[in-house]
Amino acid sequence: MSRRNDYNTLPTGEQSLQDDEVISATGEGDEEMEDAVEQEEGYSSSTPTSTLTWISWFCSLPGHEYFCEVAEEFIEDDFNLTGLNVMVPFWKEAMEMVLDMEPDEDTSKIPDVSIVEASAELLYGLCHQRFILTRAGLQAMVDKYEAGVFGSCPRVYCNGCNVVPCGRSDLPGMDTVKLFCPNCNDIYTPPSSRFQGVDGAFFGTTFAHLFFQSYRELAPAPFWNPASPSSTSPRSSASSSSNQPAFVNPNPYGGQKRAAGKVYVSKIYGFRVSERAKSGPRMLWMRLRPVNADELDLVDWRGRWIDDDDHYDDDEEPIDEDRPMEDFDPDAQDDDDEEEEEEEEEANDSMVKGRSVSNSFHDPALRSPTPTNPPDSPASTAPPQTPRDDAAAKCAVVSPPPSGGKLRVVRQWIPRGASARAQVC
Amino acid sequence: MFAVEEVSTGSGSDYSNSWISWFLSSKGNEYFCEVEEDYILDRFNLTGLNTEVQHYAQALDMITDNLDEEIQDDLRGNLDLQARLLYGLIHARWIVTARGLAKMLEKYKRADFGRCPRVLCQSQPLLPVGLTDVPYEKSVKLYCGRCEDIYSPKSSRHGSIDGAYFGTSFPHLLFLVYPNLIPPKSGPVEIGGAGRSGDVDSSRRSRRVREEQDAQAEGVGEGMSTASVALKADRYRPRIFGFQVNEIAKLQRWQEAVRDRQISRLEELEENA
Repeated sequence: MSRRNDYNTLPTGEQSLQDDEVISATGEGDEEMEDAVEQEEGYSSSTPTSTLTWISWFCSLPGHEYFCEVAEEFIEDDFNLTGLNVMVPFWKEAMEMVLDMEPDEDTSKIPDVSIVEASAELLYGLCHQRFILTRAGLQAMVDKYEAGVFGSCPRVYCNGCNVVPCGRSDLPGMDTVKLFCPNCNDIYTPPSSRFQGVDGAFFGTTFAHLFFQSYRELAPAPFWNPASPSSTSPRSSASSSSNQPAFVNPNPYGGQKRAAGKVYVSKIYGFRVSERAKSGPRMLWMRLRPVNADELDLVDWRGRWIDDDDHYDDDEEPIDEDRPMEDFDPDAQDDDDEEEEEEEEEANDSMVKGRSVSNSFHDPALRSPTPTNPPDSPASTAPPQTPRDDAAAKCAVVSPPPSGGKLRVVRQWIPRGASARAQVC
Repeated sequence: MFAVEEVSTGSGSDYSNSWISWFLSSKGNEYFCEVEEDYILDRFNLTGLNTEVQHYAQALDMITDNLDEEIQDDLRGNLDLQARLLYGLIHARWIVTARGLAKMLEKYKRADFGRCPRVLCQSQPLLPVGLTDVPYEKSVKLYCGRCEDIYSPKSSRHGSIDGAYFGTSFPHLLFLVYPNLIPPKSGPVEIGGAGRSGDVDSSRRSRRVREEQDAQAEGVGEGMSTASVALKADRYRPRIFGFQVNEIAKLQRWQEAVRDRQISRLEELEENA
């Protein structure tokens, strides 16, 4: 792709060939690769000047920093390439180019070598997707990870946790490469536009997660206790383990690194914005972690609380009986598909309605948001500094002006069960 | 000699009409908006800043282009620094006023502060925010109204701006004052859709269409409840060969249970209201 410079000297028809290539590339998947790195390099692939192989040349291109070098033996083994030949046009020529083999005599049927370029890149990318799932590939990628080649999470409270490249599809041409952060379990657009031309399929959907399954000491644990200081980097926690106990996730198959668990809480003039406000926090849950691993088990596989709301299940049971299929369809809870999401929403709506009736018996404080302190509240005299109190029981409210103009500052109590378990600070 | 000096200072005042417009146009200061001169000249608005800024009087003169030419040579470098600090601190106060919010809103609609790096936020424009209101502590961060989280600026020249120049309250106050601009949790970004330009557009359409649009695509409508908007938020589901990763899926279920509990709490509040 970026070596098109070499072919700029072609007198005529270059533009049309390029257009052809764009068209064919949309079929194969990476039209975005066309413009990104265009003007950068002047290498010539057809005459490898030194010992530089095509693969190491390719990986050294600007924008290709995320790629590791796939072992030639891996590509030479046909078994590893099963099924790829239907996805890559000019298969044989592309193979020859990637493996730096002398082309056969009958290559004259190829109209332009830049087409083979695109095929070679596609071939290499798809091999790369498979290679980085192997032991050798994971090892090559962990070296790059630890060197910080992939960058770090842009989210402030991930404390610069290193990220890994990740695709949203295993088929080429769907989306560009993204970056997965193991701390917030979210994906981000690479900060530099030079990665806008790299196909996400060249890394695949599986790699990022297999990576952290294979190197569990690099994966942050799913729980976080604000009382214990969270370390900013994995290495410092390892070296300073003398003054604090080594961190262990009781789940041996889970992340073994101390998580960066702080969550951003919006404040106006120092007061937390109440969730009652229209603009109040709605997304805190997405970054929250429970205090310890056991709390994860309080939610069943359908995503419902198991123990603490006994009335909760009673009200729902009839609904579930009406729709028995939902129990057998895990997607109804977990899929991020739009339609599924709506279905889930309906279900939630109905269960919420069922719930709210019984809830009103349990939380009288909810109905009267007056400053009168419930006598049994444990946090009534505690200073607001402590994070637990801050989150659990006490919160000053800036509520939106009902008619406009004035800010009403209300002090309210929210039921303990509500967020007592979630640590926010 | 004199002539040369005069030329250089002359050109210095030539390329910008005022210190403020020079400051705003210099590279790296794209996040700042223009503080109206009336606001700066009202001493009440500057209460307490004289203790924060050295050479307060001269710094203020510099900002308002009233600085005496003679005294500036010896402490020019420091004074420039102090003028920036003073402007930043005034800026933090200005952008939470009605007119300041309106000015920042224009910049927000132009996405001057960049867009959310989170893939599922679909390039939602960001707003600057500080983590503290005290200068020289934390650099500026960017708040996304869609995922309600904060991110570091991409570029290092923005990463070095003091967060106190924007303050901790600004983006939250903006959405409090303009609830119709609260971004929807899913769907493509309609930049400035609910604002002035959007209103002009939609006023041409029928009322029903406009209402429908308010309820769905655009931010949260005036009378709409935001209790259950979180259900619409897209999440990334890590998968290995198509299968969810156990521990992450478990955490996400827990998080969604927390979400559902908040939603039922809010909806109950609304019913009782």
